[in-house]
Amino acid sequence: MRLLEYQVKSLFADYGIPIPQGLTSANIEQGRKDAEKLGFPFVIKAQMAVGGRGKAGAIQKCHNIDEFELKYPEIMQKVVKGEKTRAILLEKMADIKKELYLSLFLNRSKRCYTVISSSEGGVEIESVKNQIIHEVGLGNIDTKTAEEIGKEIGLKYKALEQFVDILQKLSKVTVEKEAELAEINPLAVLKDDSLVALDGKMIIDDNSMFRHDELRKFQEVSELEERAEKSGFSLVELDGNIAVVGNGAGLVMSTLDMLSDNGGKPACFLDVGGGATTDTVYEALTLISKMKKVRGILVNLYGGIVKTTTVATAFIKAYDNKMVDVPVFARMSGSEADKSKDMLKGSRTKMFDTIEEAINAAVIEVNKNG
Amino acid sequence: MADLFDLLIGKEGDKDYKKKSVIVQGITGKFGSFHTQQMLAYGTNIVAGVTPGKGGQKFEDVPIYENMKDAVGATGAKISIIFVPAKFFLSAAVEALESGIKLLIAIPEHVPIKDALTIVELSKKHDAIVVGPNTPGVIIPGIIKIGIMPASPFKPGRIAVLSRSGTLMYEVSNNLSLANFGQSICFGIGGDPINGAPLIQAFDTIRNGVNIDGVVVVGEIGGDAEEMLAQHIIDTKFDKPVVAYIAGRAAPKEKRMGHAGAIIYGTYGSAESKVSMYAKANVPVAKRPAEVPMLLAGKLEKGRNK
Repeated sequence: MRLLEYQVKSLFADYGIPIPQGLTSANIEQGRKDAEKLGFPFVIKAQMAVGGRGKAGAIQKCHNIDEFELKYPEIMQKVVKGEKTRAILLEKMADIKKELYLSLFLNRSKRCYTVISSSEGGVEIESVKNQIIHEVGLGNIDTKTAEEIGKEIGLKYKALEQFVDILQKLSKVTVEKEAELAEINPLAVLKDDSLVALDGKMIIDDNSMFRHDELRKFQEVSELEERAEKSGFSLVELDGNIAVVGNGAGLVMSTLDMLSDNGGKPACFLDVGGGATTDTVYEALTLISKMKKVRGILVNLYGGIVKTTTVATAFIKAYDNKMVDVPVFARMSGSEADKSKDMLKGSRTKMFDTIEEAINAAVIEVNKNG
Repeated sequence: MADLFDLLIGKEGDKDYKKKSVIVQGITGKFGSFHTQQMLAYGTNIVAGVTPGKGGQKFEDVPIYENMKDAVGATGAKISIIFVPAKFFLSAAVEALESGIKLLIAIPEHVPIKDALTIVELSKKHDAIVVGPNTPGVIIPGIIKIGIMPASPFKPGRIAVLSRSGTLMYEVSNNLSLANFGQSICFGIGGDPINGAPLIQAFDTIRNGVNIDGVVVVGEIGGDAEEMLAQHIIDTKFDKPVVAYIAGRAAPKEKRMGHAGAIIYGTYGSAESKVSMYAKANVPVAKRPAEVPMLLAGKLEKGRNK
């Protein structure tokens, strides 16, 4: 789960990491009250789970009420890389001398946590120069290590002291909240040599959420994605018009690739999972029927533990209840595949021996119907 | 690095050659009991099960113990497979490693990263191999199956398959079997960001197998395991044919595609990055699973003509 900036900053505040004074609103009425409390000038920052907000105009300075009335609604309407503004943070401007980069993240290949820091922050991590990299095991950082890192990026005296404190607090929030990534970029050095986290990014390990009820309030999944999670399958909504359903994340991704290669546009990724039953597959079809953009369904099953007949039964039930009214193109292989083919004979499901044939037919049919 | 074939089969002349003892942790659960039956039917020598509160009972004639210490003490088994909910994985795995298990197959999905990292550290201390979590397991066709994979896609042969995805391991192995490429071993790495045996390590546990003509690596987006493996193949001058497949070229960025580990951040974890590193290591990448046997046949042909 990726947290929004204001959510990260509320955690930072809890752990004593300095942040600028700011207020978050979801509509302009509240925004006006916040503006009055905060006083001009300030920065208007769109809260969205994506990088590159500055370049896209989703973060803008604001000096007076006229500017505010113009810019607040504009930023509220912003869409950057497909992500909409979820809320707006108004934040006091800081008197910046220098921008640093600091992050702590799960290094998958090294299988440990790693600190990246640099004296040249404020740009996206890919462009951050002079990166200082330290591996730190399970994420805990002692004073000595923090000091070494601070010195390596050229900090001294008061700034160094503050950096050590912030890095250790960042480590504490990362370990305690089980984050895969915690990033402060930029970590600003102000004119008086004090440090402040101007931006914050955190990704929490979804699998640890059962231990973190306190973070549930930050969870924002679409209604359909939430229902999918409850039923034990994974759903990712996409922009196209052909729903892709299968068993196993790898197999469904593979199907998505082949569909795209052949000019088809996936409407969703839906993995019914290893423990699928007729009921969960039926629930999956219910969710798909709620996606208005879907013009066809592509099914790719490799029956093993999950029998193909489990899925076939769910489809027949969906047809009987008139829930599925778009064409279905299916390839079912493995366990009880022949039986499934018999069951679905004469139904809306067209069966194919290979996934390649099913994809071709789906793309032609859906494109024909516009 | 321990040799996986040695752990799973042993050496000719060993008393338990091709009959290595296996313990099932969580043997009475819905999932565990079903797969215990399937593994027994395949011929896997399951000697004990563990379910707290059910010690002294039996399941399918397999004795059940209260804990791993008792189960290992009674049987001397070095291999264990875990079927418990993710919340209980950490304690089950700690118990196994501390009782002397040297090969641990970790089936559960949704294990927190912190718990997986803890087990990685512990496995290093005990010099044990952990496969998974979130793995379908390991199979040597015709000899031993320790996992949840169906039996039908796999045929005995001389190709090693390493896979980050379960169903794709079945799909690709089935394609190989149909093209008369049987498998010497199929090894599920696991779909999580942290693997007990990451791709490189899995590769190293099988690379010296005498029964291997080539290796198929089934990967997916997320992380840089494929890039590291490609570099490793170059560095260690592995000279047998390697063919790869990568799922998720069409996946959007920053979206978790079913597997916890299948997520792209920026260019990190992207399919393009993996394909270009594989190209440097002279590893062809199939566009779709059905292409894998064709590419493999081509590489083997070239090898013979050298």
